Amino acid sequence: MRKLKTLVLATAAASCFAATAAQAERGSDGNVNIAYWQAVSILNPFLSGGTKDVEASSLVLDPLANYRPDGSMDPALAAEIPTIENGGVAADLRSITWKLKQGIVWSDGTPLKASDVVFSANYCMHPEGGCNAASNFADVESVEALDDYTVRVNFSVAKPFPYGPFVGATSPVIQEAQFKDCMGAKAPECTEANFGPIGTGPFVVDEFRANDVVTFKANQNYRDPNQPAFATAVLKGGGDSAATTRSVLETGEFDYAWNVQVEPEVLDQMMAAGKGKIIAAFGTSVERLMVQLTDVRPELGDLRGTVEGGPHPFNSDINVRKALSLAIDRDILVEVGYGPNGQVTCNVLPAPAIYASTANDACKTQDVDAANALLDEAGWVRGSDGVREKDGVRLSILFQTSTNSVRQGTQALIKQMWQAIGVETELRNIDAGVFFGGDQSSPDTFQKFFADIEMYTNNFDGTDPEAYMGNWVCSEIPSPANQWIGNNMPRYCSEEYNALSAEMGKTASIEKRAEMAKKMNDMLMQEYVMIPLIHRGRVSAASNALGNVVLNPWDSELAFAEEWTRN
Amino acid sequence: MTDQTAGEVVTKAQRTLWGDVLRQFLQHKGGVAGSIIFLFILGAVLFGPFIHTIDPQFLDIRNKNLGPTWGHPMGTDNLGRDMLAQVLSGGRVSLAVGIAAMALSLLVGTLIGIIAGFFQKLDGPLMRTTDLFLALPILPLLLVIIMLFRDSLRSVFGPEMGIFFLIVFVIGITSWMNTARIVRGEVLAIKEREFVLAARSVGTHSWKIVARHIFPNVLSPVMVSATLGIANAIITESSLSFLGLGFPSDFPTWGRLLFDGANFMTLNPARVIWPGLAISLTVLSVNYIGDGIRDALDPRIRGR
Repeated sequence: MRKLKTLVLATAAASCFAATAAQAERGSDGNVNIAYWQAVSILNPFLSGGTKDVEASSLVLDPLANYRPDGSMDPALAAEIPTIENGGVAADLRSITWKLKQGIVWSDGTPLKASDVVFSANYCMHPEGGCNAASNFADVESVEALDDYTVRVNFSVAKPFPYGPFVGATSPVIQEAQFKDCMGAKAPECTEANFGPIGTGPFVVDEFRANDVVTFKANQNYRDPNQPAFATAVLKGGGDSAATTRSVLETGEFDYAWNVQVEPEVLDQMMAAGKGKIIAAFGTSVERLMVQLTDVRPELGDLRGTVEGGPHPFNSDINVRKALSLAIDRDILVEVGYGPNGQVTCNVLPAPAIYASTANDACKTQDVDAANALLDEAGWVRGSDGVREKDGVRLSILFQTSTNSVRQGTQALIKQMWQAIGVETELRNIDAGVFFGGDQSSPDTFQKFFADIEMYTNNFDGTDPEAYMGNWVCSEIPSPANQWIGNNMPRYCSEEYNALSAEMGKTASIEKRAEMAKKMNDMLMQEYVMIPLIHRGRVSAASNALGNVVLNPWDSELAFAEEWTRN
Repeated sequence: MTDQTAGEVVTKAQRTLWGDVLRQFLQHKGGVAGSIIFLFILGAVLFGPFIHTIDPQFLDIRNKNLGPTWGHPMGTDNLGRDMLAQVLSGGRVSLAVGIAAMALSLLVGTLIGIIAGFFQKLDGPLMRTTDLFLALPILPLLLVIIMLFRDSLRSVFGPEMGIFFLIVFVIGITSWMNTARIVRGEVLAIKEREFVLAARSVGTHSWKIVARHIFPNVLSPVMVSATLGIANAIITESSLSFLGLGFPSDFPTWGRLLFDGANFMTLNPARVIWPGLAISLTVLSVNYIGDGIRDALDPRIRGR
């Protein structure tokens, strides 16, 4: 396993090196086939939260800056990254001034102006439009064009991390001329614009078939005269992860397959065909267990899963939560389900390195005896069937996750591990479309969380954890009052945590921010309201015939597709 | 049944009828072969776990993806679970679901078909209800039913039995329509026949006409839908499990074993061959049994 990982890293490094060496001519390399197992339904990232839509549109639309695979920022449309040192970010942290590169034109030949950038911000911040990048524009007071090439973003508070607007594929620049009649409530009605946006990116949309195939051709007005190397690109959607991966690694029909989620032994077998390689990078994705702290018995009716419904009968005991974590052998979970594409972790914030805490590393070793002792001490006694109980409450857990064979394998393993400490587990798996769908009428969403434990992966875009760590403040608890929207699935609520989160929003020094992020992570870990399992790599498959391809865990995987070449 | 002698005559006549049917059935080679295979599968899943005592849910990571060995005659899966034990215990569930759902759908279908066919007044409302059920989109219906009843059934019967009742009910309630239509058609034709008229003319009560004259004559289409129903129910159960609406993921059924094994097909073909074979053999043998029963129940063929 270790060897394979080094190999993957080595190939990644090699292709990095090649990026500087080779330089092809625009359109000289023919066609590139890309497979996404979730089909693209719209090419306007402001109107879709789906990763597949955001990534597909990143071929066409560019933001002012993208995140590089190493986490640094790369000026795309901007001349340089504004910082306090170069004067781009105001000393009071309340504004950021972007300068555009000179001479950039849209794919229709008209020049890119600062007014387009201002328009993009107004489009997303329109009160009647449901913009998915709204969190990027949090605390933005106004965006103004100082001249044709200069844009200033003003914040209502001091922003230590002012790179929300126009950085990353979720928040690109769209053309004012094309979208000016599509503001607010009319945004979803502009089908033609949403299906074929005019952009500054390396490709232009040739044909868009919603939920099926998108064909692109090279943008003749792209800012680098030698890019993209491919004359056309086809992005095919649909199927499942195993099928798209197979089409790259085993049959070679496709050049790139997004988001590989298959068992390591199946992957090894596909790789044996020698047609492609796995590219992986460790970003911030952590597969974790969320522990439900409120009561979810169906008898509670509308109070089910809310703070008002009362505390959970056994999860509210920290000894139980701690024992559940101690009993898990994370190495086995990695070995069976993830192979080289997963690492054992004890933090929900495992990266970037400066934010990663080392205070919780004890969880890396399984300790069944300690878990048993803890439960014995806390008064949970084994009944005649081996299941522990206390005051008539049995340690019987309903454990839910989305339908995916790797996840079901992990569930089965954890069930057996918990059996060893006298905990009974019932498994439930829910179709991913329903589980992550957020439909308020369904009881099976991960926000409602009508179960005792649930498992999924979460991460954050970019490299700044402030918004991510803000997920577990009291106001983020999903409840009927906020239409079950919120990210605090465990319903964790601590004044101290809230205060830390608020303070982090006001702190500029990166060392202090790191310290706070670590402290917040440690609070969550030592309260065992979340049980981290696996630090997951973002994994995709690339054909051996595709050059200069590196997995980008911080931004769209296709953000640097203009650099791809045919080997 | 006040007349003792009349009752005896009827019993004797029935015994001869069923004797004839049995004799005829035994001459149907496919039917006999099907019965033997079906009984063998039934026996294996009922008594097999007492001989092959490995727990089907026990994970043995060190022995994963094994080929056939003496300890694991069908090998193990990617989590080290014994395949034979899983196929046997999965068969129990799949067959129980298949037979119970078939029985429910047959009961509802036959009842509605006969009532609709025999009682003119109820024909319209009942057949429109049938149309309504046929027009219902099954998937949203399933989602609603499961959403409404899952948690309450779970607390009364426990997770596995609760889901079992729910699945049997859901499959039964969504698959009776064809039986009802076929039965109604047959009843409409039969109730105009002379022997029914004769029975009516001597003042036989409607329910007695149904029980004694109509029902035996619609038995053969009912038998055929019964056999198709088992197969249908087994397959529906697997697709439900696939959607995550069925049994818990560590609770093996044939459909789930097949689904889980699909990705490992090239690595370990046994994972799909065995459950696939079990489903195919069961469905095929049940179909042959149905074929044999239909022939045996048809007096025109029986005389030949």
